[in-house]
Amino acid sequence: MDAKTLLPETEKAKLTVRDLNFYYGNFLALKKINLDIPERKVTAFIGPSGCGKSTLLRTFNRMFELYPDQRAEGQILLDGEDMLSRKLDVSLVRAKIGMVFQKPTPFPMSIYDNIAFGVRLFEDLPRAEMDERVEWALKKAALWNEAKDKLGQSGSGLSGGQQQRLCIARGIAIKPEVLLLDEPCSALDPISTGKIEELIHELKSDYTVVIVTHNMQQAARCSDYTAYMYLGDLVEFGPTGELFMKPKKKDTEDYITGRFG
Amino acid sequence: MSAISPSAAAGAGLVASKLAKHRARKRVNAFALVLALGAMAFGLFWLAWILVETIRLGFGGLALSVFTEMTPPPQADTGGLANAIFGSLVMVILATLVGTPIGVMAGIYLAEYGQKTWLGSITRFINDILLSAPSIVIGLFIYEVVVARTKSFSAIAGVLALALIVIPVVIRTTENMLSLIPGSLREAAYALGTPKWKVISAVTLKAARAGVITGILLAVARIAGETAPLLFTALSNQFWTSDLTAPMASLPVTIFKFAMSPYENWQKLAWAGVFLITLGVLALNIVARVLFRNKH
Repeated sequence: MDAKTLLPETEKAKLTVRDLNFYYGNFLALKKINLDIPERKVTAFIGPSGCGKSTLLRTFNRMFELYPDQRAEGQILLDGEDMLSRKLDVSLVRAKIGMVFQKPTPFPMSIYDNIAFGVRLFEDLPRAEMDERVEWALKKAALWNEAKDKLGQSGSGLSGGQQQRLCIARGIAIKPEVLLLDEPCSALDPISTGKIEELIHELKSDYTVVIVTHNMQQAARCSDYTAYMYLGDLVEFGPTGELFMKPKKKDTEDYITGRFG
Repeated sequence: MSAISPSAAAGAGLVASKLAKHRARKRVNAFALVLALGAMAFGLFWLAWILVETIRLGFGGLALSVFTEMTPPPQADTGGLANAIFGSLVMVILATLVGTPIGVMAGIYLAEYGQKTWLGSITRFINDILLSAPSIVIGLFIYEVVVARTKSFSAIAGVLALALIVIPVVIRTTENMLSLIPGSLREAAYALGTPKWKVISAVTLKAARAGVITGILLAVARIAGETAPLLFTALSNQFWTSDLTAPMASLPVTIFKFAMSPYENWQKLAWAGVFLITLGVLALNIVARVLFRNKH
């Protein structure tokens, strides 16, 4: 693969990945990844199962550190600061780089507390300001109208799509700079998926969004840049339109035209 | 269908074979259903019998005096179980208060910290042994360690013996309930930058709360009826006492003593005691279910 993956001059790189190797035990799951994620844009990772796209996403917020046999080497710079540095507290990394998972994971508490939970970890807000923050996050996640009358009710009482938007609201309530979405729609019905995609489109005016998806149409619909990965390699990276219309690599073309994968 | 069947004749044979298989499946299904119903009926039969006998013999013995008067001498006209009820309440509550925090914390350690460590494995192994240890062994152990040294039966010794029964039950259920919490919930909490202690206390333990409390209630129900460990530790007391260093009466020991006696008034009180314990355990279960219905 190319030594450097450069963005067009008009884009500013928010996350810069350099020579990233990742291991599950002895198994090399990511091979020398070099990638620039543009600021305030949506970047999609696509590729067949097991290609390493989720793994790559989970290195950005050091999620892998929960598992002792996983490790990453290389650099992941957020505005020039190395997120993989041992000196940097992992809580601070995660405060800057939020994540939403495949399955909705509401915490066992009220809708209000689901959102306030993360905020309380980093800020001591008076009640009125906390109320405002919760409202702001729910509005951002397009859930306010459905949830405003039941903020005191359990988060698990919401529908799957609403739960996922609650998780997005929870993620943005702590005001991260980057939002990682790991197949956020794979457990949702088409209508909920549509809502989340709309939301992703709006989120990019404030956040740098990175989304892993199994669904190529979804990548084409809602991303500005796309990275195609295969067997731990970053095969091709570029503006979504270009990558889908005239891919530079034969492998990419085969995958997006459905000849394999 | 016709596209799959190679020919009409083979198709007919296939249909016959499918029907035969279908009938066989129905027979097996009916057989299994009968077995399952039989097993259930067998279990329910004894349970219902026990309950009916308990209510029949116990309810008749209930009177206000059971709650207000002390355990009587043989063949007395009056008398109740007040000191035994009080003693049971005191010892069960104290044993739960001592055993629960230890059990819950050890369960948290096993599920969240020590899953793959040697210390965790050893603790789990020893806990399993303790869990299946006969309660009389625990009673004898406390007798050796506490009663023999202080040279006196005491409520404290009873509390310790009961707590030793509570701990392994609570450890086991806490660990099991925490292990049932999906890893995705933990990951989601960590992804917000939550420190580990907070993930456990505010998210996983909360998600497992109903199960953990059910475990504690099961342990309470178990010690409420334990006799053997109290025989060697708290022994019994004919009189009301709230002195924890003195022998203390309890319902199970009193029932044991009274039910084995030839005296009718004692036997009657024993049944009343059995009824009270059954009712207490039942109430505990109902309260737990009501409390944790439709909660987050």
